[in-house]
Amino acid sequence: MQYKSQAVAKPYFIAALALFVAQILFGLIMGLQYVIGDFLFPHIPFNVARMVHTNALIVWLLMGFMGAAYYLVPEESETELHSPKLAIALFWIFLVAAGLTVLGYLLVPYATLAKLTGNDLLPTMGREFLEQPLVTKVGIVVVALGFLYNITLTVLKGRKTSINAVLLTGLWGLAVMFLFSFYNPDNLVKDKYYWWWVVHLWVEGVWELILGAILAFVLIKITGVDREVIDKWLYVIITLALVTGIIGTGHHYYWIGTPEYWQWWGSIFSALEPIPFFAMTLFAFNMVNRRRREHPNKAATLWALGTGVMAFLGAGVWGFLHTLAPVNYYTHGTQITAAHGHMAFYGAYVMVVLTIISYAMPLIHGRAANSNKSQVAEMWGFWLMTVSMVFITLFLTAAGILQVWLQRVSENPMPFMVAQEQIALFYWLREITGVVFLIGLTVYLWSFFVKEKGPAAAN
Amino acid sequence: MSGSFTASAARNVFYGGSLFFLLVFLTLTYRNETDIAKRDRREMLANPQVALGKKLWETNNCIGCHTLLGEGAYFAPELGNVVVRLGSKEAVKAFIKGRPAEGIAGRRSMPQFNFPDKDLDAIADFLEYVSKIDAAKWPPNVQG
Repeated sequence: MQYKSQAVAKPYFIAALALFVAQILFGLIMGLQYVIGDFLFPHIPFNVARMVHTNALIVWLLMGFMGAAYYLVPEESETELHSPKLAIALFWIFLVAAGLTVLGYLLVPYATLAKLTGNDLLPTMGREFLEQPLVTKVGIVVVALGFLYNITLTVLKGRKTSINAVLLTGLWGLAVMFLFSFYNPDNLVKDKYYWWWVVHLWVEGVWELILGAILAFVLIKITGVDREVIDKWLYVIITLALVTGIIGTGHHYYWIGTPEYWQWWGSIFSALEPIPFFAMTLFAFNMVNRRRREHPNKAATLWALGTGVMAFLGAGVWGFLHTLAPVNYYTHGTQITAAHGHMAFYGAYVMVVLTIISYAMPLIHGRAANSNKSQVAEMWGFWLMTVSMVFITLFLTAAGILQVWLQRVSENPMPFMVAQEQIALFYWLREITGVVFLIGLTVYLWSFFVKEKGPAAAN
Repeated sequence: MSGSFTASAARNVFYGGSLFFLLVFLTLTYRNETDIAKRDRREMLANPQVALGKKLWETNNCIGCHTLLGEGAYFAPELGNVVVRLGSKEAVKAFIKGRPAEGIAGRRSMPQFNFPDKDLDAIADFLEYVSKIDAAKWPPNVQG
């Protein structure tokens, strides 16, 4: 660690991992509810478990992005962070707000929560992923603005690098697009149209800039490859991401009351969306193959390569699987979507956050890398989580194909619940694999506490 | 990548390319705003019950289990066409009203929301409005 203020990233990373655990536990609850329908009913109905599962994911990824920015921006800018105190204050505000929101979901009926938190003033709640009460949404904006102020001033006073420029563009884009969560017209078609400006233009737009910048930073550090080469790759990847991803939004506009021409725009542009992810895979492997140093942190290298591969599979291949309008006509809103969502989020965003954590945490603790024993444990965590996510995705895909057939294609289409019972086997397999994921996560977290006698890898 | 294609050239392509496609997307959005008028059944919003129903839909987090025009959670049936599937608004209301508070043993259970009749009417009006939106012939059949 070259600058003292980079250490503010640490609480962000720890809180991110704690929320990751919560996300997985609630995921397992939901997975069980898929097969034992009344599990925990009526105390934690499925919709509540799902809000915790998805919202915890979003918040911990945002925590991870912020931690990543606090860690890498001072190093890239070659200057201390503008205000470490502000960063710590915002951390606590964000954590307390997130904690209270989750408690609100779990302890109070959602309608009561809406009433208590002023949803009547400006109704924004009750839309997928944007379930947060108005006060939480305003809190997110305040935290984001404070964070961006802090990061932007740091960037402006220091060395200008491509990684900083791309990261900053992504983070500002993230904040700006979130403002559409406050727009909720009565007209459902318009509501859905602009809802995607938050959801799609985050994950298939500006978040890819953040992902690219974090990955590029870690690759420079662990491979020692020339910055000019890395920068060029980074710009090519994010150009491809935005050129395909912005109009690719159209793949959400097939069946929500928007005109049929979106089927052409959406199909053509989103069919190209795997290209930037493929470029990312090539990027990661090329840079590691051309490395000019042997970095002692093998685990971080593994996470960086894993991000490249899994982002391409999850976001690229599984996205393409159901993105063409004639296919999507049958797969829209089925377990196929769930399959894609799981591997894309894990492969792209979970893994890139775990990459920067893997790289930065040892340095924050004053060593270039963790002990060999600790890294071996971390890599066990990597493989257990990654392989189980592949199988979760495969089982959900199988469930989805059956669902599409039974409910939408066969001569006598079955009602939803009848079809669901037919595919219960795959939900059981998914749940078992989910338990393996949790074991992997436990091993991963345990690796932080593995000590080895003798000197740790010297810097 | 060849020697003449430098990082700064790549950067310019990024800003230029992204801006161009963003402008195309904004143009499409502008057209979309006009074109949806013919299909989004906005005249039905003249009935204030529909907006109330949408609000109830949101504040009870229905999307946390169901899909609506294919978007939402995949735990419970599609509701964009539920008025058509169950045959009438009355049937939809009766279904919501009839959910047992403690659930159904071993089965996916919908909570009992204890809606007053006027709220049930609003929810049914909202779901009827959604069923009339021109969603390009989706879903493929009445099962959703």
